Amino acid sequence: MDVLLFAAAAVRISVPYALAAMGASLSERGGVVCIALEGLMLNGALAYTLGAHATQNPWIGVLCALLAGLATAWLHAEATVRFRADQITTGLGINLLAAGLTRFVLVRVFHSSSNSPRVPGLPEWRIPGVADLPGVGELLSSPLVLITLALVVLVHGLLFRTVFGLRLRSIGERPEAAATLGISVARYRFAGVLLCGLMAGLAGAYLSSEQHSFTDGMTGGRGYIALAAMIVGKWNPVGAAAACLLFGAAEALQIKLQGSAFPSELLQALPYVITMLALAGFIGRAVAPRAVGTPYDPES
Amino acid sequence: MSTPHVTLRGITRRFGALVANDRVTLELPPGEIHALVGENGAGKSTLMKVLFGLLQPDEGEIVVDGRNVRFADPQAAMRHGLGMVHQHFMLVDTLTVAENVTLGRETQARFGLLAPGDAEREVAALAERHRLPVDPKARISQLSVGAQQRVEILKALYRGARVLILDEPTAVLTPQEVDELFAVLRALVAEGVSIVLITHKLAEVKALASRVTVLRGGKVAGSAMVADTSIERMAELMVGHVPAPLTERSHRAPGAPLLEVQGLEVRDARHLPAVRDVSFAVRSGEIVGIAGVEGNGQHELIECLAGLCPPARGAVRIAGVAVSGHSAREHRAAGLAHIPSDRLHRGLVPDMSLAENLVLGLQRRPDIGTGPWLGGHTLEDASRARLQEYDVRPPDPRAFAGRLSGGNQQKLIAARELTQGAKAILAAHPTRGVDLGAIDFIHRRLLAERDAGRAVLLVSSELSEILALSDRILVLYEGRIVHETTPAATDERTLGLHMTGRASHTDAPLPPRNGTPHASGGLA
Repeated sequence: MDVLLFAAAAVRISVPYALAAMGASLSERGGVVCIALEGLMLNGALAYTLGAHATQNPWIGVLCALLAGLATAWLHAEATVRFRADQITTGLGINLLAAGLTRFVLVRVFHSSSNSPRVPGLPEWRIPGVADLPGVGELLSSPLVLITLALVVLVHGLLFRTVFGLRLRSIGERPEAAATLGISVARYRFAGVLLCGLMAGLAGAYLSSEQHSFTDGMTGGRGYIALAAMIVGKWNPVGAAAACLLFGAAEALQIKLQGSAFPSELLQALPYVITMLALAGFIGRAVAPRAVGTPYDPES
Repeated sequence: MSTPHVTLRGITRRFGALVANDRVTLELPPGEIHALVGENGAGKSTLMKVLFGLLQPDEGEIVVDGRNVRFADPQAAMRHGLGMVHQHFMLVDTLTVAENVTLGRETQARFGLLAPGDAEREVAALAERHRLPVDPKARISQLSVGAQQRVEILKALYRGARVLILDEPTAVLTPQEVDELFAVLRALVAEGVSIVLITHKLAEVKALASRVTVLRGGKVAGSAMVADTSIERMAELMVGHVPAPLTERSHRAPGAPLLEVQGLEVRDARHLPAVRDVSFAVRSGEIVGIAGVEGNGQHELIECLAGLCPPARGAVRIAGVAVSGHSAREHRAAGLAHIPSDRLHRGLVPDMSLAENLVLGLQRRPDIGTGPWLGGHTLEDASRARLQEYDVRPPDPRAFAGRLSGGNQQKLIAARELTQGAKAILAAHPTRGVDLGAIDFIHRRLLAERDAGRAVLLVSSELSEILALSDRILVLYEGRIVHETTPAATDERTLGLHMTGRASHTDAPLPPRNGTPHASGGLA
């Protein structure tokens, strides 16, 4: 059962990466760089803790995380789409803002600069026949794991099988072409960024639900790893989720090897090494949407 | 939907102090091809943007079937049956033909799901009906330029366009693709569609259009039935005077080779060979023209000869000095001048002054600067004479290069590159997108350089330019030189066949063309 347990641990670790990476693929396919994932997740994680703490209902916590992700993403969209600010700068600004804001709220509400009190996590969804499977039963009873698995299919379908997805992709590639056909570049870019905010907020909820608390800076760079996974996955939701699983497995292995002679730093570096190899063209070609990072100015 | 009768009446559009359109009137009866000609900056594009709802007129009215209308945006124009084929195609490269055509009006199943099969069938049927052969499942990036243009036309027709505006549609096509396009346009007109053809190639007007309107300086300089006018008369209206033909070239034997290329292979960005085993020499007092459809290795050849990328194989010698693999500076030091194909990215720094642009690359010369310091006022004084000599307007050394018109920018580059005493001149698309006056000026300068004993390599996609200037012509196809000839021994049609790899190597005489006179660029 060792293999199954290891696989379950890998999936568990990769869930927040996958949610954020799939969200980023929607934002970037529409042409907006989402380096703000870290901040979106952090705000989501804190909002979950606040909601779950105040109501003792974890699902209210999830709702708060979604709203926090949405609000933070709205700020990013407003700055980058409406005011055509530089997308990387805005994203980094949001990450810094979230780092400071969450610590501020932590101190003001919970009177601690390090962590919140214990809050309830999400209850299990015990599916008969599945919950008792050896090794993976517990994993497949976690609501957010199941939701994430469903989202892999849904987000991929949204991007490649729907009218919305086609228009979003056309705007990330050639916004002026879409605009001449009467498609609102701003509206679709807003939608892509906001969907990204919802998913990254959910990723944050998963982190604090699993840990039953919020700790300062608890995302610990996961937003950047998720962005890397999206690149390795070639801006495809399924590819991004698969890359997240790979990164999750590396992290699970690193935890397993802790205390052994094997230097765990090597495994920690793995996501970044793989991303650089992908960008350098060694793992297929990772080609970004052509207009990603470029504000759309209808006047020019 | 029947084709509307569209009239533009007294259209005036200003940009600040500039009057781009001054009381322009244009009549578009159904089922006609109306050519709109004029030099760059004459106001053609502004007028068409007004017609297509991209710009609002300051004065004047648009009348469709007797009713006054206002087009707030292109969608409003489309609802009235107008469609536009932009010069720079508005296509999404990564999507399929069917997706591009239906974008914004997608065929849908329930719940916002796409129905790609329906879209492909519909686009295939539309393409069939209008005889615009194109595979609905192909991705745009896989298509030739001609096929991409057909997709643009299909896009307009899919939206029910009955009035098509085509902006310089032949600028990017081979002569054969031009023939195909014209056949398609004639068929559309036969169905009752009306067409506005924006162009500055007057032979095309003669071949295709029934009416012509000439714009000059934002005003209508003249309007006539094409049958009642001549190319010479239209050219005169366009430029405001009778253009003098290029001076008869002096016949002199070329001298020693100044630019030699031996067994050259150059790789493109994907490391695939783009120039394969190319050898030629350009001699003193000779212009060698390189003809070819864009994307057949010209870009890589130019970059390599300018020293911007090293060859994978082979040798380049400038005035006898082996320079292959050396830096661009060493290429220049050996005696190379380079008029690059992209004036705004490679030729100039738009945010720097004319004086500064004139000394780009010369900063090591002692008369221009010492150590890290540039000459300051002396630079400006020295540049004034050169700006005047090369007719750069305004001849103000402190003006920013980015503020000049395309033609003046190109003359500015010529003023820098042709006054350094170079031995070999690499001129890449030296007149692309510039007005007739500047074209004429640059052509005369290149001929003067030739007569002064320099070696000129001219790369151009304008066959009329290649034929007018070259002493010898090399045709580049898929990275190889597939044909060598002289202007006297060939014509555009024959060159076009070689450019598309369709010519047999025996050069058998071609059968006469049926019907229409044949399209050529320029006025010469």
